[in-house]
Amino acid sequence: MEEAFKSPLIRLEKRSGSSIKPVYAWLIRLGSIVFALLLGCIVIALAGSNPIQAYGTMLDGAVGNAAFRQQTIKKAVPLLGCALAIAPCFKMRFWNIGAEGQITAGALAATFVVRMLGPQFSGDSASLPLLLLMALAAMLLGGLWALIPGFFKAKWNTNETLFTLMMNYIIIGVVAWLQAGPWEARQGRIAQFPKLAWLPKVEGVHCGWIIVLVLVFLVHVYMRHTKQGYEIAVIGDSMRTAQYAGMNVGRIMMHTMFLSGAISGLVGFILCSGATNTLSKDIAGGVGFTSITVAWLSQLNAFAMVAISLMLGILTKGADTLQTVMNVPASISDIIIGLLLFCMLGCEFFINYRLILRKKLGKGGAVT
Amino acid sequence: MKAIDTVILLLIAAITYGTPLLYGTVGEILTEKSGNLNLGVEGIMFMGGAFGLGGVYYYEKLSGSPSGLIAILIALLCAFLAGALASLIFSFLTTTLRANQNVTGLALAIFGTGVGQFAGEMMRVRAGGYVTISNALKDLFSASPFPKFLQDIPYVGKLLFGSSHFFYLGILVAVVMHLFLKKTRKGLYLRAVGENPGTADSAGINVTRYKYLATVIGGGISAIGGVVYILTTAGCTWNNEGLSGVGWLAVALVIFCMWRPLAAIWGSVLFGALMILYMRLQISFIPTELYKILPYVVTVIVLILSSLRNNKEKQPPEGLGLAYFREDR
Repeated sequence: MEEAFKSPLIRLEKRSGSSIKPVYAWLIRLGSIVFALLLGCIVIALAGSNPIQAYGTMLDGAVGNAAFRQQTIKKAVPLLGCALAIAPCFKMRFWNIGAEGQITAGALAATFVVRMLGPQFSGDSASLPLLLLMALAAMLLGGLWALIPGFFKAKWNTNETLFTLMMNYIIIGVVAWLQAGPWEARQGRIAQFPKLAWLPKVEGVHCGWIIVLVLVFLVHVYMRHTKQGYEIAVIGDSMRTAQYAGMNVGRIMMHTMFLSGAISGLVGFILCSGATNTLSKDIAGGVGFTSITVAWLSQLNAFAMVAISLMLGILTKGADTLQTVMNVPASISDIIIGLLLFCMLGCEFFINYRLILRKKLGKGGAVT
Repeated sequence: MKAIDTVILLLIAAITYGTPLLYGTVGEILTEKSGNLNLGVEGIMFMGGAFGLGGVYYYEKLSGSPSGLIAILIALLCAFLAGALASLIFSFLTTTLRANQNVTGLALAIFGTGVGQFAGEMMRVRAGGYVTISNALKDLFSASPFPKFLQDIPYVGKLLFGSSHFFYLGILVAVVMHLFLKKTRKGLYLRAVGENPGTADSAGINVTRYKYLATVIGGGISAIGGVVYILTTAGCTWNNEGLSGVGWLAVALVIFCMWRPLAAIWGSVLFGALMILYMRLQISFIPTELYKILPYVVTVIVLILSSLRNNKEKQPPEGLGLAYFREDR
C-alpha cells in the first residue's frame, strides 16, 4: 500500500496567470543576475585574479570618470538600438540573428551616400540634409537585407536562423572587399568621412543616444499599442491562431523583418557616422549578437532594455579596462554575458512553475 | 596531368578543412535526432578547440617526452569533455528548466566562444608569448595512419590514404552513428523521441534520459571538430579568427545532409572545398574577399533549395526545437 501514495520528491505545478506578482518576477530575475555575477567570480578566480578587485576595476573603468562614462554610453547605444530592432522579430518567434549584417548593410549604404553626395555639400560642420539621406539609405539597405530571409521564410518556411546568420558573413565579406579594393584609401582602410557627415555631439557623446532613446518610445508604442504590434504578438503565441483569425502571416513577417532590419541599419548609420566616422568590416563588432542578449534579458520590454544595455555596456567597457589593468582577456565579458543569459533563461522556470517538495505523509497517506 | 594534380591537391585540402565540419555536423545530427536544436555548436567547437589544445600543451609540457597516441587521446578527451559540459548546460536549461531552445543555443554560442577565447588567450598570457606544440607532435597530428606504400599509389594513394588520423576517425564516427540510428533498438528509440516525444513517453521510453544523453554526446563529438581544426589547419596555435563560423556552417550542413550521418562525410568535404577554393583556384575577375563568402552563399542556396524540396523521407525530426513537458500533454 505504501507504493500507491508515493509522490516524487519534487513536483512541478504551473503557476496560473496571475499567481506571481510582477514585482516578485522581477525580483527573481534580479536575483538571477546577481547569481550570474557570482558565477563570474568563479571564472575570474579560476583565471587567477581576485574577483572583487576585478569587478571593482571593471566598475571603475566603466563609470569611474566622465570620459569613461561617455565611452560606456557609446557602447550601450548600439546595443540598445539593435535590441529594439530585434524585439519585434523575437516577439513573433522569428529568430533573426542577422542584426550584425543588417548593421553592416546600413553602414555600407550610409558610406555610399557620403561618397556619392558628400562632395555636393559644403561646410565644415554637420549637414542635416546629408545626415538624413545617410540615415534613410542605411535604413533602406538594412531593411532590404533583412527582408530577403524574411521573404523566404514567409514563402517557403526557409530556416531563418541560419539564413540571417549567413547574410551576416556575406555582407561583411562585401565590406571587406570594398575596404581592400574599390573604396580603399590607404593600408586597407576606407577614408574618414568629411566632418559634415559626422553626427553632432551632445553632452560629449554623439547624438545617437538621443535617437535610440526616441526609438525606445516608438518601439514600445509599436509593440504594445498598434494593430501591427498585436499581430506580431499573436503570431508569436500561436501561428495557427493568427491564420485562423485571417492574418496574412507571410506579409506580417516580411514587414516586421523589414522594420527590424531598418532599425539595425539605422544603428549602422549611427556607428559609422557617430562612433568610427568611417566604414570597416568590423563596424558591427559583435553588437548584433550581444543585443540578442539585451533583448531577451529585458523580456522584450523596451524600457527594461535601457537598463540592460547600460549594464552590458558597463560590462564590456569594464572588461576592456580589466584587460589593460589586470591582464585578464576581455573575452571575460562574453563569458559573463553568457552566464547572465543562462541564469535569466533558467530563472523563467521558477517564475512560470512552482516547485512543490514532497511533504511528510499525513495520516492515511494523504499528501497535505 | 596538371589539371588532375590540381584537383587532387584541392580535394586533399578540402578533406583537411572539411574534417572539423564533419565532427561538428555528425555531433549535431545526433543532438537534433533527439529533438534538441542546439544552436550553440559554434561555442561548443570553440571550447573544444581551446581545451583540447590546452590538454595537449600541458601534457607535453609536463611529460617532457610525449607519446603521440596519448597526446591524440588527450586532445580528443579534453575536447569531448568540454563539449559535453557545454551541452549539459544546454540540456539542463532546455530539458529540465524548459527554456527556449533557440535562445539557449544562442546563449551557448556567446558563452562558448567567450570561454574558448578566454582560455586560449589565458594560455598565451601564461606561456608568455604564444602557445605552441613541438614539431614532432604537430607532424603527427597531420600524419596519416596508413603505411607509406599505400600513400605512394599514383593519384589515389594520397587522396585515399593521405589524410590525418582525425579524418578517418571522423568517418568511423559517422558510420557508427549511422548504424546506431538505423540498426539498433536504442537508435530507434532515440529517433522516436525526436519525432514525437509524447508517443515515445507513452511507449515507456525515458524521454529525458535520451534527450540528455544524445545532446551531451553529440556536443562532445561536435567539440572534437574544434580541436581537430586547431591541431591540423591552424598549426597547433590558438586561432579564433579561423575557427569562427565553422560551427555555424556545421549547423547548416546538418540541414544540407538531411540528418544523415553518411551524407555528412561528403557534405563536409564539399564545404571544405568551398572554404579553400579561393586559395587553390584563383579566378582573376573575382576578388579574393568576395570569393571567401562562397561557402556562405552556397549555404543560403542550400537552405532555400532544401526548404523547397518536399520529400517525406528527408525531413527534420518532427519534434525538433520543441520542448516536451509531460504535464502539458
